[in-house]
Amino acid sequence: MGKVLVVTSGKGGVGKTTSTAALGAALARGGENVVVIDFDVGLRNLDLVMGAERRVVFDLINVVQGDAKLAQALIRDKRIDTLSLLPASQTRDKDALTVEGVDKVIAELREKFDWVICDSPAGIERGALLAMRNADLAVVVTNPEVSSVRDSDRIIGMLDARTLRAEKGEKIDKHLLVTRYDAGRAARNEMLKVEDVLEILSIPLLGIIPESEEVLKASNIGSPVTLNNPTSAPARAYFDAARRLKGETVDVVIPLERTGLIGRLFGRRVA
Amino acid sequence: MALVLAPEVPLNDWLIALDAQMDRSPNFFDARPVVVDLGSVPREQKGVAQFLQLLEQRGIRIIGTEGAHPSWEGIEAWGRPLPVSAKPGREITAPEPIAPPSAPIKAAPHEPAHAGPAHTEANTLLIDHPVRSGQSIVFERGDITVLGSVASGAEVMAGGSVHIYGTLRGRAVAGLAGHPGARIFCSKLQAELLAIDGVYQTADGMPAKALGKPVQAWLDGEQMKISVLD
Repeated sequence: MGKVLVVTSGKGGVGKTTSTAALGAALARGGENVVVIDFDVGLRNLDLVMGAERRVVFDLINVVQGDAKLAQALIRDKRIDTLSLLPASQTRDKDALTVEGVDKVIAELREKFDWVICDSPAGIERGALLAMRNADLAVVVTNPEVSSVRDSDRIIGMLDARTLRAEKGEKIDKHLLVTRYDAGRAARNEMLKVEDVLEILSIPLLGIIPESEEVLKASNIGSPVTLNNPTSAPARAYFDAARRLKGETVDVVIPLERTGLIGRLFGRRVA
Repeated sequence: MALVLAPEVPLNDWLIALDAQMDRSPNFFDARPVVVDLGSVPREQKGVAQFLQLLEQRGIRIIGTEGAHPSWEGIEAWGRPLPVSAKPGREITAPEPIAPPSAPIKAAPHEPAHAGPAHTEANTLLIDHPVRSGQSIVFERGDITVLGSVASGAEVMAGGSVHIYGTLRGRAVAGLAGHPGARIFCSKLQAELLAIDGVYQTADGMPAKALGKPVQAWLDGEQMKISVLD
């Protein structure tokens, strides 16, 4: 029986899809059997970030409504064969998802994969609720700024109230992933400090992903950053986060900006 | 703080007047708990429950009714009437075991904290987890104690006092059913709003020296006092 993980945030644009792809690829590279599901019906993106947009035939809605079999809709990654994608539909909307249909699809995927990673849409409405519904654990993606932190807090409350586990009176593991972290700006107090975010949200820290152009570069190429440039700072942070998800103890390193003479001379962006 | 609405018959005319008022100040009822005083509605009035529904459809969050007559059809769905204030010196009956707080407002866009009280004592609701943004904890019958923080955009409302062992970033309302003696305590004050028995104070009006400190708030007549606890 695989684990169901939801990547969620409340707020849009904080890096849910990027993190889903990067964590999924990192877990798959470690030999785990992984499927990533795009729940953002109507505004799908995960296929682009995974570089599979030209291979989409059937999607989640087709499977939920019984028009296609799961095996027909799953797209296996060309780079790692233990990584699969279940894309969303771009032409439908979230109302096309049914509770029973989603439950059935997730149950089936749980049998086949070690990790079922659900990429939640932004917001706190139907789409987000369905994405989190079956989750065993959650990664809450947060940028170090106040609006993102408050939205994450709202989502954590919903994870504790609106998931199947919560309804059964069980706990759901919640992990905080701080993304777009810029150590320089944090030092200049232009950004919330990680300690402050942790204090406000009071859930364990899964990782800190530094702000980096590598992330954007990878997205534009259609490759998770953990595959495109595995040695880059954000990719290393995602690999560490993936190991923590598997239960390993890995120290969280807060990426520091190198201010040495060499760094300045060469004008490199060191995250 | 809870607002009190006291509808008068004929109810339709009163609703029209209310709509006019709400047109002038559309956000007036936003996120405010409302008690509906039905004392001046005659006993033979029909359709009171439907009338309350009409209020709720206007986005008014009804937390209770007062002066409702039990013979009205469907009125029990609107919860117990608020207790009339107890007179001093009355014999105390043994407190009944406390059930989890009922969902604060039906159909309001707030989910009640899912976890009921982990442990209850007489007239105290203990919440042993942080209160998250968007959550609303309402306990009319006594005090609320929160072990953890109350987030920005969350609210804790008690008939008695509110005790928060953590940072208060959201709203705390004490003395909901008219207890001016209720107080608010928190380990760290960063509140958006404090209210006791209808007297409220927003963040702007709080003394700067109290911010970030452990404080208590109480009422001195009609004025709210906030002092730092050592």
